[in-house]
Amino acid sequence: MEARSFVLRGVVAGGVAGLVAWLFALVFAEPQIEAAIAYEEGRGEAEQALAVAGGAAPAGGAEEEIVSRGVQATLGVGIGMVGIGIAVGLLFAVAYTLLHGRVALRPRVLALLVAGAGFLTIYATPFVKYPASPPAVGSDETIGDRTALYLVMVIGSLVFLAAAVAVTRLLRERLGTWNAVLVGGVVYVALAAILMSVLPGLGELTINVVESGPRVSETPLPLRDASGAILYPGFDADVLYSFRVASFTAQALLWGVLGLVFGGLVERRIARETADRATEASAF
Amino acid sequence: MDGDVVVRPEENPVTTAGAVARAKATAVPASETLPWLISAVLVGLALYFFIGIDQGAVSVFGDTSYVHELAHDARHFLGFPCH
Repeated sequence: MEARSFVLRGVVAGGVAGLVAWLFALVFAEPQIEAAIAYEEGRGEAEQALAVAGGAAPAGGAEEEIVSRGVQATLGVGIGMVGIGIAVGLLFAVAYTLLHGRVALRPRVLALLVAGAGFLTIYATPFVKYPASPPAVGSDETIGDRTALYLVMVIGSLVFLAAAVAVTRLLRERLGTWNAVLVGGVVYVALAAILMSVLPGLGELTINVVESGPRVSETPLPLRDASGAILYPGFDADVLYSFRVASFTAQALLWGVLGLVFGGLVERRIARETADRATEASAF
Repeated sequence: MDGDVVVRPEENPVTTAGAVARAKATAVPASETLPWLISAVLVGLALYFFIGIDQGAVSVFGDTSYVHELAHDARHFLGFPCH
């Protein structure tokens, strides 16, 4: 097989994985996103009422809608999920092509392993430090910092996995495969833990500290009046939990389907090539 | 089906040992395939950028937020930072 076949199969498998993740998102993400947007709107109204009561002029109309909620919650989320599926399918196919035939694993096992590595580095490890958050959790002013910090976690995780694999290969002859892989795992976890402890929590960003003192996250606290009485509650912990569990599951599904479909497609193609060669040979 | 290392792939095509041997026979030399791999990386990264990041912190299409708004829900759900 050549790189072209792998790349095209990566696109197909990634697209299928994205479709599955889309269906999952429609059922499990959208209710939480709707709840979060309702919270955001209710809080906005409460904040404005508080400001007007304090003597401020009422702000002008609602935020302009560029893409309607109906489109965002159906087609938009689908384009996003399938697009990301194809994106990671392409990157996955490159990693797979470089390893195919160079390790003693059959294609479908190698495909699952590469998909697992992608899930671990591109999503799961960054999630531990900066978990996925629904609308209303996350301030407009910190979007630049949050994006930079998130990408540092993604790139750091990829570099750490490369380091762990290098250590494993170095130690494999001396320690045996099992122990060398264990040492590699410890190297990965240790490096990721160091990076996580060095990077700031989102609540520790300067803008947030000025507003509400140092905190771990940007999850909205209750809105209080001057006497400290709660005017509007903090963000619903159950909505946040459900959203994050669903996000994690969707990514596991995305990468899992990608690895399984890709491995199946590659083994089928190789079996066909082998059969073709056997037929050619027997024709002489 | 695992463990029987003496099987030849052509004799026993469904075993793990057979599949490993056939995969080795089809290993891809990196030099011939570089154009495909480089384009795959570039397109993959571009898609990742447009769906996850563009028009949030940085923007390629200027000061509209159509891409951001369209992919909004997926962006949150995939774990990217968003408003």
